[in-house]
Amino acid sequence: MAKHKEIDETSGTETTGHEWDGIKELNTPLPRWWLWVFYATVIWSIGYWVLYPAWPTLTGYTQGVLNQSQRADVAQAVGELKSRRAELGQQLSGASLQQIEADPNLLQFAREAGKSAFGDNCATCHGSGAQGFKGYPNLNDDVWLWGGTLDDIKRTIQVGIRSTHPDTRLSIMPAYGRDGLLEKKQIDDLTQYVLSLSGQKADAAAVARAETVFKEQCAACHGDDGKGKREFGAPNLTDREWLYGGSEAEIHAQIVNAKGGVMPTWGSRLDAMTIDALAVYVHSLGGGE
Amino acid sequence: MQPTTGTQPASFELVSVPVAFVLFLLLAFVVAAQTPDPLMAIQAWTFVAGIGITLGWFAKRYSEGVPEDDRGAYANDIVKAGVVASMFWGIAGMLVGVVIALQLAFPTLFYFDALPELNFGRLRPLHTSAVIFAFGGNVLLATSFYVVQRTSKARLAFGLWPWFVFWGYQIFILVAGTGYLLGVSQGREYAEPEWYADLWLTLVWVVYLLVFLGTLWKRKEPHIYVANWFYLAFIVTVAMLHIVNNLAVPVSWIGIKSYSAFAGVQDALTQWWYGHNAVGFFLTAGFLAIMYYFIPKQAERPVYSYRLSIVHFWSLIFLYIWAGPHHLHYTALPVWAQTLGMTFSIMLWMPSWGGMINGLMTLSGAWDKLRTDPVLRMLVVSVAFYGMSTFEGPVMSIKAVNSLSHYTDWTIGHVHSGALGWVGFVSFGALYCLTPWLWRRQRLYSLSLVEWHFWVSTIGIVFYITAMWVSGIMQGLMWRAYNEFGFLEYSFVETVEAMHPYYIIRAFGGLLYLSGAFIMVYNLYRTARGDVRESEPLTLKPQLAAA
Repeated sequence: MAKHKEIDETSGTETTGHEWDGIKELNTPLPRWWLWVFYATVIWSIGYWVLYPAWPTLTGYTQGVLNQSQRADVAQAVGELKSRRAELGQQLSGASLQQIEADPNLLQFAREAGKSAFGDNCATCHGSGAQGFKGYPNLNDDVWLWGGTLDDIKRTIQVGIRSTHPDTRLSIMPAYGRDGLLEKKQIDDLTQYVLSLSGQKADAAAVARAETVFKEQCAACHGDDGKGKREFGAPNLTDREWLYGGSEAEIHAQIVNAKGGVMPTWGSRLDAMTIDALAVYVHSLGGGE
Repeated sequence: MQPTTGTQPASFELVSVPVAFVLFLLLAFVVAAQTPDPLMAIQAWTFVAGIGITLGWFAKRYSEGVPEDDRGAYANDIVKAGVVASMFWGIAGMLVGVVIALQLAFPTLFYFDALPELNFGRLRPLHTSAVIFAFGGNVLLATSFYVVQRTSKARLAFGLWPWFVFWGYQIFILVAGTGYLLGVSQGREYAEPEWYADLWLTLVWVVYLLVFLGTLWKRKEPHIYVANWFYLAFIVTVAMLHIVNNLAVPVSWIGIKSYSAFAGVQDALTQWWYGHNAVGFFLTAGFLAIMYYFIPKQAERPVYSYRLSIVHFWSLIFLYIWAGPHHLHYTALPVWAQTLGMTFSIMLWMPSWGGMINGLMTLSGAWDKLRTDPVLRMLVVSVAFYGMSTFEGPVMSIKAVNSLSHYTDWTIGHVHSGALGWVGFVSFGALYCLTPWLWRRQRLYSLSLVEWHFWVSTIGIVFYITAMWVSGIMQGLMWRAYNEFGFLEYSFVETVEAMHPYYIIRAFGGLLYLSGAFIMVYNLYRTARGDVRESEPLTLKPQLAAA
C-alpha cells in the first residue's frame, strides 16, 4: 500500500500512501516557523529554569541564579506599602481625633484610609455609600443612636453594638407582644401613639388611651417626649427617620417583637490607626457632631 | 467500500449486557433499602430509574428479534443515539448556563429560600458538567464510535458492550446531575460526583477503552489513523486522571460522603493536575480527533501534514500533563512547581498550534468551500478559536499575567472562547455531518439554518468573550489599585458593581449561543425525519451517506 507514493495535484505534495475512509495524508514537512518557535519556547523555558526555582531535587529544589523567593517578594511589597503609609500614619497615630480633623493633610490621609477600611469592613451592612439599609443605620445623616461625635463614633466602632465585647454598647427593647407584656389592644393604641409622635396620621382616641402606657413602658428609654436617649441607644421617635420602618405595620411589628441588630466589635480586628481613620471618615460623611 | 460481516451476534453477547445492568439494579435496590441517608436513597433510586429506562430500551429494541443494525458491518444506531443524547444534553447544559449567567447579573433571580436546588452554587456545577461531560462526552462517544469503525473498517468490538458504555454514561450523568441539585458534591471542580458515581464511571470508562482498543485490534487497515491516536490518548488519560483525582475513602458503603486521599496543597495540585488535563485530554485531544476526521472529510482534501500530526501529537501529550500547576500561581504551592507549570504551558503553545495548522491548512485547495459550505465554515472557525485560546492560555499561565488575570472573569472568558468557539463549534460541525450520513439523507434539511446558527452563535461568542475580557481585566486592575496614600482604591463591592453591565452582556451572548443551538436541533430533527427545505436548491454536492 505504501509502496508507490502519489502526488496530490493541488499542492504538489507527496502523500503518505495511506488512505482511511477516503482520507489521505500529505507528507508536508514541518513548517519551519512552527519548529523554530517551538525550539524558542523550549530554550526560553530552560533559561527560565536556570534563573528561577524550577526542578525538585532529593533534598529541596534548584534555587535558580536569581535566588527569587515569593515570600521575600511579598514581604518587600508589603514593606513598600507600609513605607508609603508610614509618615502620615505615624502623625495620625500620635494625634487626637480632633487634631486630625484640624490638619488638612492628616484629614485627607485619614479619610482615604477610612474609606478603604470602610469598603472592606463596613460597606457590607452600611452600604458602599454608607447610606444604610432597613435595619442598618444610614451614616450620612445627623441621626445617631449612640452619638455622633468623633469619640462616640470611635467607641461604637471599638466595642460594637450587642457584640461579644464585654463593654459593648447594649440596649434591648422588650418584645411587648411576644412576651405578653402588653395586651393586643394596648399595642394597637401604642402604635397610634408612636405614629402621632412624628406627626403622622393617627387615631386621636387611641393616642389618648395609650398615653399612660407610653409613660410607664417606653418613656424610660425613649424619653417622656419620645425624643430618645443616647445613653440607652434609644432612637428618637419624633423625627421621621426609622431603622426598622415608620409605617403603622412596621411600628406595630417592632413593638410586638423588637429587633435589635448586631454590630461586631472591631477593636480586636482593626489596628488603632485604622479605627481612628474610620471614625474620622464616618464623622466626615455629613452628619458628624 | 463497506465490509460485510452479516454475522448474527452470539446469544451470550446479547444477554451479557442486560444481565450486567440487572445485577447493578439489584445492588442499587439494596443500597436504596439499606441506607439511613435520605440523599443516598434518592441517588440509589435515581440509579434504579436510569437502569430501568435502559432495560426498557433493551426490551423494546429486541422485542421483535435482533435488529438489522446488530448484523451490519458498522454499528450505526449507537452513533445515532449519541447524536440525540448530545443534542439533548447540549441544550440542557447551555440553558443552565444562561440561567446562571442571569443569576450572576441579577442575584435574586430564581432564588427561593425553600428551593436551594436552584441556587447558583448548585446550578454552576450542573452547567459545567452538563456541557463538558454530558454534551462534550456524548459528542466524543458518538464520533469516536463512528470514526474508529470507518477508519478501521471494522465493526465495534464486543457485541452489545458499546451499549453498556452509552447507557452507563447516561446513567452517570443522571445520577451526578441530580446529585448536584440535591447538594451532593465532593467539592472538586469538574469532579464533583461522589465516590459511588465515580466508581460507576470508572467501570463505564474501562469498558469504553476496551471497546475502542478491541475495535482497533480488529482493524483491516494497516495503520491507525491519526484521529484514533487522539481518541485513544483521550480515553486512556481521562481514565488515569479520573481515578487518581477521585481516590477517596467512603465513610460508609451505603452513605454519600467520602474523604479524599489527599490533603492540603497536594490535594490542590492533584485537583488541578486533573482539572487542567480535563481541558487537555477531554476538551482538546478528544476534539482534535473530531477535527482530524471531519475536516478532511467535509473539505474532501488530504490532511495537511502527517509529520506535523505525529510531532504535535507526541509533544502535546508529553507537555500537557505538566501544565496543571499554573492554576495555583502565588498560592501555597512551592514556587518550583509553579515554574514548571508555567514553562510547560509556554512550551505547549506550538504543539497546540500544530493541530490548528493541520486543521486550517487541510483547507488548502478548498478555501472556496468556506463560502458555500456553512458546515465546513463552522469546523474551520472552531479551529481558529482553538488557535486563539491555545495562545491565550500560555499567555495567562505566565506568572506576571496570571497575577492580574487569576480569579477574574478573564479566566471565564478564556474558558468560553475555547468551550463555545472550539469545542462547541467543532461538535456542531460533526453533528451536522453525522446526521445526514447516519439517517441516510441526501443533505441537511436546511443550509440557510446552518448559516443562521453559525452567525447567531458567532456573534454570541463575541459578546460573551469581549464582555469577559473587559470585565476581567477591569476587575483585576480594580483589585490591585492603590491610591497615592497606599490604600486600596476600591472596595470589593465596588468591583462587583462595576461588572454588572458586562454580566448582562455576557448573559445576552450566552442566550444568542443557546438560540443557535436550538436552530441546530430543529434543523437536525427535520433532517433525521427526511425533510428537505423546498426553497433551497441543491447547490452543493449531495452529502451521500458516507457509510
